[in-house]
Amino acid sequence: MTVILEAKGITKQFPGVLANDQVDFDLRQGEIHAMLGENGAGKTTLMNILYGLYRADSGEVYRDGQRVEFHSPKDAIERGIGMVHQHFMLVPVFTVSENIMLGAETTRRGTLDRKAVAAHVRELSHQYGLDVDPLAVVGDLPVGIQQRVEIVKALYRNAEILILDEPTAVLTPQEAIDLFRIMRELTQRGVSIIFITHKLKEVLAVADRITVMRDGKVVGTVKPKDTNEAKLASMMVGREVILKVEKGPARPEDEVLKVDDLKVHDFRGLEVIRGVSFFVRAGEILGIAGVQGNGQTELVEALTGLRATHGGRMWFAGKDMTGRPPRPITETGMAHIPEDRQRHGLVLPYVVADNMVLNTYYQPPFGVRGILQPKAVDSNARKLIQDFDVRTPSPYVPTSKLSGGNQQKVIVARELSHPIKLLIANQPTRGLDVGSIEYIHHEIVEMRDRGIAVLLVSAELDEIMALSDRIAVMYRGQIVATVDAAKVTREQLGLWMAGAQPEMVR
Amino acid sequence: MDWRRFGFIAFIIAILFSVVVLIGKAEISPAVIITSMLATTIAVATPLTLGALCGLYCERAGVVNIGIEGMMLAAAFFGWLASIYMNTVFGMAPMPSLIGGVAFAILTGGLLGLLHSVLSVTFKVDQIIGGTVINILAVGITGFLNRQLFFEKGSIFGGNVPHAPGVLPRIQIPLLADIPVVGRIFDQQPITLAAIALVFITHFVLFYTRWGLRTRSVGEHPRAADTVGINVVRMRYANVIIGGMLAGLGGAYFTLESVPSFEPLMTNGRGFIALAAMIFGNWTPFGAWAAALVFGAAQALQINLQFFRESIPPQWAFLQISYIVGLAPYLLTMLILTGIVGKNIPPAADGQPYEK
Repeated sequence: MTVILEAKGITKQFPGVLANDQVDFDLRQGEIHAMLGENGAGKTTLMNILYGLYRADSGEVYRDGQRVEFHSPKDAIERGIGMVHQHFMLVPVFTVSENIMLGAETTRRGTLDRKAVAAHVRELSHQYGLDVDPLAVVGDLPVGIQQRVEIVKALYRNAEILILDEPTAVLTPQEAIDLFRIMRELTQRGVSIIFITHKLKEVLAVADRITVMRDGKVVGTVKPKDTNEAKLASMMVGREVILKVEKGPARPEDEVLKVDDLKVHDFRGLEVIRGVSFFVRAGEILGIAGVQGNGQTELVEALTGLRATHGGRMWFAGKDMTGRPPRPITETGMAHIPEDRQRHGLVLPYVVADNMVLNTYYQPPFGVRGILQPKAVDSNARKLIQDFDVRTPSPYVPTSKLSGGNQQKVIVARELSHPIKLLIANQPTRGLDVGSIEYIHHEIVEMRDRGIAVLLVSAELDEIMALSDRIAVMYRGQIVATVDAAKVTREQLGLWMAGAQPEMVR
Repeated sequence: MDWRRFGFIAFIIAILFSVVVLIGKAEISPAVIITSMLATTIAVATPLTLGALCGLYCERAGVVNIGIEGMMLAAAFFGWLASIYMNTVFGMAPMPSLIGGVAFAILTGGLLGLLHSVLSVTFKVDQIIGGTVINILAVGITGFLNRQLFFEKGSIFGGNVPHAPGVLPRIQIPLLADIPVVGRIFDQQPITLAAIALVFITHFVLFYTRWGLRTRSVGEHPRAADTVGINVVRMRYANVIIGGMLAGLGGAYFTLESVPSFEPLMTNGRGFIALAAMIFGNWTPFGAWAAALVFGAAQALQINLQFFRESIPPQWAFLQISYIVGLAPYLLTMLILTGIVGKNIPPAADGQPYEK
């Protein structure tokens, strides 16, 4: 097979980081080449260079054996390279046709030729089995279809090479399987695909070759049949990793959190939690599964007192806590690891020691008669840094300087350092490296075994399945099913996440 | 633009017209009153229509422009000044001087549009501040030059305002203007007719051309536009300058079409009402025009009530106080902006500078 795109010795330096260090990469005609690596490994930087969004400090790019220099995406598009970004580049109020033709419009006597474009879109859509309606308004379409619109958009510009950046992050498992089918269909028709991901299962399922990156360097290129999940994981991380979470059976006790018919509105006043009921017992982990944006964020905000409720009740530790503000809820013993650690979990410019007392600074020994006690804050920080293995040069470094994994550890340390009855962990490992994920998972199971109730919210189905004792599936603001984690399959959960009713699954 | 809004607009205009018809019907036949009201409404709505179209080009491209008022005021002054210079200093005939004045007004608006682009697109200054700067600049510079040039001793016009070359003549649309009674509606001046044509042209440009599609994409999701090779900065500059030129034409209405003179602050908040009209029209040309006509009708009411002053029945005496009627456009603005008639949905990236 001929090499149609090649990068040689690509180096890209950002302030303080060497994002790409002498990277070599090649793509062959008609293959699916997976680019595997943790966040910050340099995958996206390399792709942005290949797509003309960044310029490399040194190194060369060859297209069909010819040296090329891309100054903007326009140059890359002209050479048959298309990219589907992780955050879609679609105008929600435009129709599918309008989005696809944007920047490459067909006109007749000065006016947009919508008919011709729609016909072309239908033809492409039919040819590659994409099933896209050119007249639909993009904002009304489900995410999976929007992604197909992006693929048609690239094909419309005669792309021979498609770069898919974390395409499965926003999809349900079924939608992901559908995407893989489309990817194979495309390669059979001569399109070559670069598939960027950090999910091991996916690359093994779909890729022809896998290139692993770590710390800006290429670690190696392998074929799926010569490797497995554990080997790929150790290539990504650079050491042996235990992928499976070790945990014994749960010994649930009394109900710690009980929610009855809870209703919550979002900032536009739309009802996003539409009557949710569930309970969490001491000593068990309840996992809330669901595709992002089905109300999980608002549910957690309501439970932690950050968002007003519009109906229903919640009891925590035997007390009615409906509509109470965060402080009494926290003081009753709720710990919260928020979804967006940088915006809601930490005050980034504050030093590590101060972030570690954000929930207790006003109580003795940290605050005495309204005066902060630096000595107590200092010894608390030193103890937590040691206990939770936070990698920081000192307790007095601004928290913004820490890596994502260590920032998360600061939050975990703070939240678990006071007596708690319930831990709410919302996307606790999003964007973290495998090593930190391992640590946080271990910590969550440890809390459960100490008799604390845990509510885990995650869009990663693997995480939910690995940690939970019971699983509740959220879809459009409702819990569609609650099941015993040991008695459910990935496929079933996937169907519920996509909106299938439990009785329909049978 | 939904039909409910057009219905609401037609309803308000009908109420405003009926008031005059009820008061005046003893003296003049209702048909004559209505046609005369309509003609006045269309004429006085002109600066509002053009101001709203200015806002439309800017905001559809993602740049909020609250400087429409200043753009119109400056254009009114410089257009008028240019026509006087051409007429008195260079000795040109009135008609070419007036046309030259209009060209200068458009140029003034375009230059202020360029200034707004430099501030808000290149330097990413808060767009509300940028617009405010233009409003303050226009008030200051027109007031200052007006005094210096016309009222200071030893200035070029030596303390007495020269005769302006008049106003733009009426153009009677052939056939339509010949219809008895109703023909009066089609007997209008050129800027008014141009404004109506521009409403249709803008609708066509925005929704049926490549330029319009790109403009809207830049106002909705600039990054998406960027990734398909559209130059976001250039599109925003061009649209804000086009908008400025339209506001400039709107400014010319005040001094070259309505009255042949300039007075400090003569735009009197019309630029802001135009902005409200654009919002009430939900960022569409026809919607904005319809909303502009409501404000025009409120003004026409005020003008006509003065005419029928003597016939106002005693229980409606409050209508004699022209302040109260004069408040109508402003009260309407507030009412409309509360979103009482459906939600107003601005372009998604409206007011946000684009960061690569």
